[in-house]
Amino acid sequence: MEGFIHQVISGIATGGIYASVALALVMIYQATHHVNFAQGEMATFSTYITLTLINIGLPYWVAFLAAVAISFVIGVAIERLLMRPVANAPVLTSVGVFVGLLLIVNSLTGWMFDYTIKQFPSPFSDKPMLGGFLSGHELGSTGVTLAVLISVYLFFKHTRLGLAMRAAAFNPVSSRLVGVRVGWMLALGWGLAAAIGSVAGCMVAPIVFLDPNMMSGILLYAFAGALLGGIDSPLGAVLGGFMVGVIENLGGAYVVGTELKLTLALIIIISVLTLKPSGLMGRKVYSRV
Amino acid sequence: MTALLDVKGLHAAYGETKVLHGLDFAVQQGGVTALLGANGAGKTTTLRAICGMVRTQGAIMLGGKPIEGMATEDIVRLGVAHVPDGRGTFMELTVEENMRLGAYTRPAREATADFERMFNYFPRLKERFRQQAGTLSGGEQQMLAISRALLLRPKLLLLDEPSFGLAPLIVKEIFGIMRRIRDEEGVSILLVEQNATIALAFADDAYLLETGRIVISGPASDISKDESIRRSYLGY
Repeated sequence: MEGFIHQVISGIATGGIYASVALALVMIYQATHHVNFAQGEMATFSTYITLTLINIGLPYWVAFLAAVAISFVIGVAIERLLMRPVANAPVLTSVGVFVGLLLIVNSLTGWMFDYTIKQFPSPFSDKPMLGGFLSGHELGSTGVTLAVLISVYLFFKHTRLGLAMRAAAFNPVSSRLVGVRVGWMLALGWGLAAAIGSVAGCMVAPIVFLDPNMMSGILLYAFAGALLGGIDSPLGAVLGGFMVGVIENLGGAYVVGTELKLTLALIIIISVLTLKPSGLMGRKVYSRV
Repeated sequence: MTALLDVKGLHAAYGETKVLHGLDFAVQQGGVTALLGANGAGKTTTLRAICGMVRTQGAIMLGGKPIEGMATEDIVRLGVAHVPDGRGTFMELTVEENMRLGAYTRPAREATADFERMFNYFPRLKERFRQQAGTLSGGEQQMLAISRALLLRPKLLLLDEPSFGLAPLIVKEIFGIMRRIRDEEGVSILLVEQNATIALAFADDAYLLETGRIVISGPASDISKDESIRRSYLGY
C-alpha cells in the first residue's frame, strides 16, 4: 500500500510538469488551432539558457527568472517572425513550419550547448519529505508548477490583458471591433507558452538530466494529457497532465514496466482520439452538413 | 450641420467579386442615417468597408480625416463602434466580460461607471451579468452587442440589422431604446436595415442600395412618403 501511495504521489509530481507543458500547448492551440510541435524543444533550449546563466555565476533563482523572461521574448519573436507570415496559410504549411521549428531548435541547442548529457541543479534539498513519500525536489517542483498554473489562471481570469487574450482566441473579428490588437495577443500567447515551457524544463531537468532531446518524451506525455483533458480547455489540459503523470507511474510500476511507459502515452492519445475526441472537458464542436 | 462620416466613391470587393461600385454617402454629426436595400445589395459590406474589414478603394473621412486603409483596431480606437452582422457575441465569455471588452480601450474605472448607464437602458443585462453570453436570447444578445459598442464611447455607431431574427415586439423595444441612446449619448448612427418601415421612422437621412449602387437618397421622411419608391423598392 505504501508503495502504491508513493507511486501516486510521485505521479502527481511528474504530472505537474506534463500539466504545464500541456497548458503551453493548449494556449497556442486555442488561439491558432495548431499544436506547436516545437514546444518541447523550445523548453529544452530555455533550460540550457538557465544552465548557462547559472554557470556564469548567477544565483539559481535569478538565472531561472532571467531565462523565463528571455524565453518569453523568444516566444514573441518566433510568432512575429515565423508564424505571422503563415497565419492564413493552409494547415499543412503551418505543420511544416512547426516541424521545421522543432528540428531547427533541436539542432541549434545541440550546436550551441553540445549533445553530452549534463547535470542540472535543483534549488530544493534532496532530503525525503512528507514521511519519505516525496523527494525535496519533487515537492518543490510541484509547488512551483502549481504556483505557475494558479498565476496563469488568475492572469487570464482577472486581468484586462488576460481577458483580451481569451477574447482574441475565441472571436478575433469581434475582438478587433472592440479595439483589441489581435496579432499582438497571439504573440503574447506564444511568449507565455514559451515562459511556461521554460519553468517546466528547469523543473524536470534535475530528474531526467539535460540533453537536447530531453523534452521529446515529455512533450508526448503532455500531448496525451492535453488530449485527455480536452485540447481546447486549459483546465482540462492541466488535469489531464496530472492524470497522465499518475497513470504513467502506476502503469510503469504495476502493468507494463518502466521500459514501456511511453507506450501508455500513445495508448492514451489513440484511445482519446478514437473514443472521445473532445477529451474530458473539451468543447464538442458540431457543424451542419 | 457637418458630416461626421463622409464617404466618396467607395468600392469594395471580396477577392474577384466586386460588391460596391462607387458609393457616396454621409452621416451627419448627431444624425441617424439608414442604408436600406435587399439581401446582397452591399449593406453589410459597406459597414465592413468603413471598419477596414474588407479591401476598399475610395475616400472614407471620419471627422475630416481619412481612415481608409487603416487597421480595424485603429479605426475602432478613433471612435467607430460596430455592432456586426450576427451580433458578434463572445459566446464563451460572461456578459460582464463581454461588457469589459467593450470598454477595453478605456480606463477600467470609467468603464465600471458606464456599466450602470447600460443597465439603465437594458435592465435585463444586469440580471444576466454573471451568465455566459452564449445562453442569452437573440434579443438579449442584441442588447449586449449595442452596450458593448456604446462602452467604447463612440462618435459613430454602425448598426448592422439590429432587427434580424427578433420578434416584432423586441424589435420595437430595441428601437425605442435606440431613440433614447441617440438623444442621451450624442452618438451619430449609421443603420443598416432590411425592415424599411422601422428604419425610416428612426432615421434622418436614408440611402437605398441596389446591387452595390445607391439608387435613391434623401431625407428619410421624404422617402417614406414617396409612393413609387415605397412600392418598387421597399415592397410595402
